Amino acid sequence: MNTSILASWKRRSQRRGAFFSRDSQILRGKMSSFMSYDRDESSLFDDDDEDQERDSLLDADVGRELLIYMIDASPEMFLPFKNEVEDGEEETYFNAVVKAVTKDMKTRIISRDRDEVAICFFNTRVKKNFQESEGVFVFQASDQANQDELCQPTARLIKDFSNISETFDKDIGSKAGVTPGSRENPLYNALWIAQGLLRKGSVKNSSKRILLFTNVDYPFSDADPAFKKDMRRTTVQRARDAQDLGIVIDCFPLSKQDKGFDIGTFYADMVDMSEEEKENFMAIASDRFESMVSQMQKRLFKKRTVRRLTLTVPQGMKLALQSFALFRPATPGTTAWVDSFDNKLLKSERSFLCSDTGALLSEPLQRFQEYKSEKVCFSLNEVAEVRKITETQLQLLGFKPLECLQEYHNLRPSTFLYPDEERITGSTSAFVALYRAMLCYKKYGVAFLGSNCRMVALVAQAEVSNEIGQVEPPGIHMIYLPYSDDIRHIEKMHGSVENTMPQASNEQIEKATAMIKKLDLKDFTYANYSNPALQRHYAILEAVALKEDDFELADPKDDTLPPEEQMQKLAIAQLVKAFKDSVYGPDHDLEEQELATLKAKGSATAQKRKAAEEMAGNDYDKYDWNELADKGKLKDLTISDLKIYLLKHKLQVTGKKDILINRILTQMGKSKEVRIRLKRG
Amino acid sequence: MARNKETAVILLDVSPSMHPYLKHVARAASTLVQRKMIFSKYDEVGLVIFGVSEASNELYEELGGYEHVSVLRHIQVVDDDILKILDDLPEGSELGDYLDAIVVGMDMLIKKAGPGKKGNKHIFLITDGESFVKDSAEDETKEDQVDKLAVQLTEHGMKLDAVVMRTKRGPNKSKVRTENEFLLKRFAGRPQVEVAFVDSPTSLLGAIKPRNVTPVTLYRGDLELTPNMTMKVWVYKKVSEERLPTLKKYSDKAPRGVPHASHEVKMDIEYKSTEDPDKTVPPDQRTKAYRYGPQLVPISSVVEDALKLKTEKGVKLIGFTDTTNVSRHYYMKESNIFIPEPGNMKSIVAMSALARAMKELNKVAIVRCVWRQGQSGVVIGVLTPYIPMEENFPVGFYFNILPFMEDAREFPFTSLDTLPSNMQPSVSQQEAADNFVKLFDLAPKDHEERLLPERTLNPILQRWYCYLHNKHMNAGAEVPPLDDALRPVVEPDQELLTENEFIIKRFNNQFTLKVNEEKGKRSSQFWKEKELDENARGEEDSAMDDVSQISFDSLTARRVSEVGSIQPVQDFEAMLARRDSDEWVPKAIREMKKLIVDLLDSAYKGNTYDKSMACLTALRKGCVEQGEPSEFNCLLRDLGNKCCGKRHNDFWDLVLDRRLTLINKDEAPDSDVSEEEALAFLNREGPIKAAEEPVEEEEIDEMEALLGEAV
Repeated sequence: MNTSILASWKRRSQRRGAFFSRDSQILRGKMSSFMSYDRDESSLFDDDDEDQERDSLLDADVGRELLIYMIDASPEMFLPFKNEVEDGEEETYFNAVVKAVTKDMKTRIISRDRDEVAICFFNTRVKKNFQESEGVFVFQASDQANQDELCQPTARLIKDFSNISETFDKDIGSKAGVTPGSRENPLYNALWIAQGLLRKGSVKNSSKRILLFTNVDYPFSDADPAFKKDMRRTTVQRARDAQDLGIVIDCFPLSKQDKGFDIGTFYADMVDMSEEEKENFMAIASDRFESMVSQMQKRLFKKRTVRRLTLTVPQGMKLALQSFALFRPATPGTTAWVDSFDNKLLKSERSFLCSDTGALLSEPLQRFQEYKSEKVCFSLNEVAEVRKITETQLQLLGFKPLECLQEYHNLRPSTFLYPDEERITGSTSAFVALYRAMLCYKKYGVAFLGSNCRMVALVAQAEVSNEIGQVEPPGIHMIYLPYSDDIRHIEKMHGSVENTMPQASNEQIEKATAMIKKLDLKDFTYANYSNPALQRHYAILEAVALKEDDFELADPKDDTLPPEEQMQKLAIAQLVKAFKDSVYGPDHDLEEQELATLKAKGSATAQKRKAAEEMAGNDYDKYDWNELADKGKLKDLTISDLKIYLLKHKLQVTGKKDILINRILTQMGKSKEVRIRLKRG
Repeated sequence: MARNKETAVILLDVSPSMHPYLKHVARAASTLVQRKMIFSKYDEVGLVIFGVSEASNELYEELGGYEHVSVLRHIQVVDDDILKILDDLPEGSELGDYLDAIVVGMDMLIKKAGPGKKGNKHIFLITDGESFVKDSAEDETKEDQVDKLAVQLTEHGMKLDAVVMRTKRGPNKSKVRTENEFLLKRFAGRPQVEVAFVDSPTSLLGAIKPRNVTPVTLYRGDLELTPNMTMKVWVYKKVSEERLPTLKKYSDKAPRGVPHASHEVKMDIEYKSTEDPDKTVPPDQRTKAYRYGPQLVPISSVVEDALKLKTEKGVKLIGFTDTTNVSRHYYMKESNIFIPEPGNMKSIVAMSALARAMKELNKVAIVRCVWRQGQSGVVIGVLTPYIPMEENFPVGFYFNILPFMEDAREFPFTSLDTLPSNMQPSVSQQEAADNFVKLFDLAPKDHEERLLPERTLNPILQRWYCYLHNKHMNAGAEVPPLDDALRPVVEPDQELLTENEFIIKRFNNQFTLKVNEEKGKRSSQFWKEKELDENARGEEDSAMDDVSQISFDSLTARRVSEVGSIQPVQDFEAMLARRDSDEWVPKAIREMKKLIVDLLDSAYKGNTYDKSMACLTALRKGCVEQGEPSEFNCLLRDLGNKCCGKRHNDFWDLVLDRRLTLINKDEAPDSDVSEEEALAFLNREGPIKAAEEPVEEEEIDEMEALLGEAV
């Protein structure tokens, strides 16, 4: 096997893949509004794992992104623009771009915190850049130290940038750069400066991109005819040189209402597009822009471990695999403790104390387990030794038909396996042969995963693609299986002893069928649902970080709520009603009501408790609880007096007097704190 | 403490047909006892064997009959004695009548608990069902006896777990066996009876659930189809990972010889200011902070609680969808189970109708769940209907959590169908794989499914508890080897291997796999094998040389016609290797020269120097091979003039550092430069200045990566 053929073949497919997959945000389902521009980003440059140098068959091993937002500031950009995303609100092109870029940075700061960015305006009146080139202004946060460096997006940068429209005219100013009689070419200058800014970081472990926003399809229309051709040529050359250095230039053309944007006039040359790509470009590009503006912070790209695994087949054959964590629950990220006075990071120091003597211990090396009222001690090595039952990483044990894999045979998110030809030549063909055989005979492999000491199911997944791209990658999913220790037999817990359970009649099943057909989600995909709690968390974080004045936490749209309006529609409601009447009988609601009233009266104990609460309510005002608490006089009251307070506040009423008083104080103290904090916030 | 106390009787068949398996039977029983000693040490257990010649049980003494049943231990709190008895299980010589044994067991339990007392009573039975069951004295059929026993079990609130070993396989079952299987299956229809037929020691060990967990509901309430239509459901965990127990830290400073010393260790965490290490920050002065870019944003728990998402408890239907839309590998967590509220006939019927309709239509339901009021998160999951075999159990759903958009990463992977042909399996390889997958079968039709998760004990837990027991007996005990019965979980089953030896061999022989030397091994095992790291670094440095060593195959394969800037060295060499026209060599040299100049022109702070240097080296090598020394020499002199002491002086330093000089006569006869001249060329600037090391970006990134990890 010749590695260099492989390498070149890979590179080619990557390059092609790179272009299309960037535009594949509409990959899953038609609800493209859910798809974010950034989403497919992840698919390209991801996993800045330890495994950086891994040169593998996939396009995912580039660590961070170095990014220049290159924004046209020519007078055309200040024409009014109808922003489709924001309900056709009128604003300038420039403002629309500022919003989009702000959004993009906000997403990046949360999800890809190693990315570095710079913002570079061209066609400006004032110049500010390390080359002192005309018409180019590199925008930086007011507290940024280095003039000609990219930086991680910071709260300050985002805040400064989002307010730029107010001061733009004064500080930067717009000026058409290419004018008759002048040889200045701000676009050329900007490309040159961007390239300079992007010099840091090797192409190998960072990807470099220029995002170019403009609504002028031919930048040189006003140029002196004598220079026109030359300017065009040098600019294209500049852009191509940049691309040769591994910098990707992405155009975000904004169509003008009257004449549109012809990508073919100039920009197609600059970014080296094929005819086919040109045709679809405008539609895709505007989609991308829209989704950039509308997107919430949908994604969090925590580092996802990529591991190497070796699958051992009986009689010793070994296949090299790579494993990918395609699904893992996203979390709000790590937290650290800071001093609440100065927000300085705190470091934690652990110390171990002997419970019996209070003596300070060095890190204890022994562990114990209580067994038959005695303590059995183990050294850490011994504990580790127990887990070592095999040297093999992944041992194939056999195959089973897919029906054997029950719905509940699941412990944690699956892991994706793909062959690793680099490590063991021949792995791919053996992997593909097994994969095809498993698909063909509808079987899955059972294997033992040594590192986790778990049985796993190896389920082959055929490639699924739609017109836009890959929906399911081809490979094998490793599903973690439970042991008998982990499975609970609930099904038989509530069986009936004597009788058979009531069964649905055919008529009832028919009614259910009709209802199910009507409540069908045709293109269901998990990708349409974002985690509302996580979204909320980011909204809070962003608001606090940017100290946004309009601390407006209007509930972000919760995608997970069922479409209740649709469900109330007559056609659906009728079918649901038919099903309900069929299984519950027509008088169900009435019966339930009666039951509810019966329940409301409640049992004897519930009635007693209610009476007590009522009593408490009456007596509550007899005492000034706050005063009693402040003066420490609560202890003078009797237990039954204290219970009045507890009952009123629905707290637990059991325990000794001290405990009751403590409970009251905690309740008061906490509520006080909340009041203060909220006021301050 | 004793709320879940269980009183149990273990009934073991020791009749002659069981003798070969007694070792495994004893293992299964002692596993049960051992775990009880850890998790529920107040449980009581009695031990009964049947199939022995001398009877010893109270019923025999009181009423007669029950001749072959012997009580080895009366019901007592679990202790080591019962383990000792199990270690040396007597073999019997008579037939083992398991119905007799069950009656004896029930009698023991009733007598122990006292009349009318409820409580957890459990009978465990292990038999092979090869012994003939006697007819009753009265004119009852055996079916009647079974039914009567079952009713008795229910009345006394007893559970029965029966494990039936099917030791003799094959289609020709004995008549006795057929009858027994029929009778035992009749038992299995009862809610409190579990009958497991097992074929292997592995499943025998797994069939008895060693730990008795009382399940609690995760949720009780409505399953809301629409706001107007709800069903009452209970949700339980169906799968819950049983982990190794967390061991406590042991304090060796505790006073010796004091029996009540707890030996526990308290951990104290103090938070200290990074600037002033002596300053301890009290808990109320600490705030939790999240990372926002490079910045830490403190968010107090009060603010967080006040602002976080508020949720309403409930399970709501989002819609139904085709089973194919929800792939198996989306499942995120341990599975749950939905059952209709027990006793609620309406919900039982509604659920039955819904589940059956879904099954027919091949649909699943997508639901949004909040299990508890105010719970901080929401989950989306899928309900898959299940319909039990027996009619006296309710129909329900299995529930699995699905990922949110944020949880998924979509990497594009190269399609496996468009791989180059040398990575595709050949027809014969595919055939070997097909046979392998088809025949290396863990679930053949005439055999119990091997490694059924429900029947497979966690080998680590099993080993751990065994070790714990041994260590308790003897503090110096070694970690025990893996139980033989659990070997097949870790390694392929020997029996299965032998059966399929030919198929497996064929599959192995069809493929040649070659382990390649691992380049840059530093990555994933970075922390493990630091010493390897050094080697990797060395290798990386020489990577540039590797680039020039390209085999002939690759050169002919690529029809390169110009030197591009992406991989100029390869392009250049490929062009030189082309033999289909004379013009390629001069063109390659010309373009390479131009490229080097261009690269240097576009260099900014040395970012293209590495590449330029690689090109220059390749050009020199090419010129020597092709006998075109003047081309190179011209360029080098040119560069010398252009760079030395000027903008690209640092590049020139690199050239000198690599001792890259003019091509001399010895290397290429056409050259007009002598060896001395060539050397002199390098030294013309006097002693070589120490080239400023251009900082290698990669190292910086590595540092960053490391720091990133550490933070």
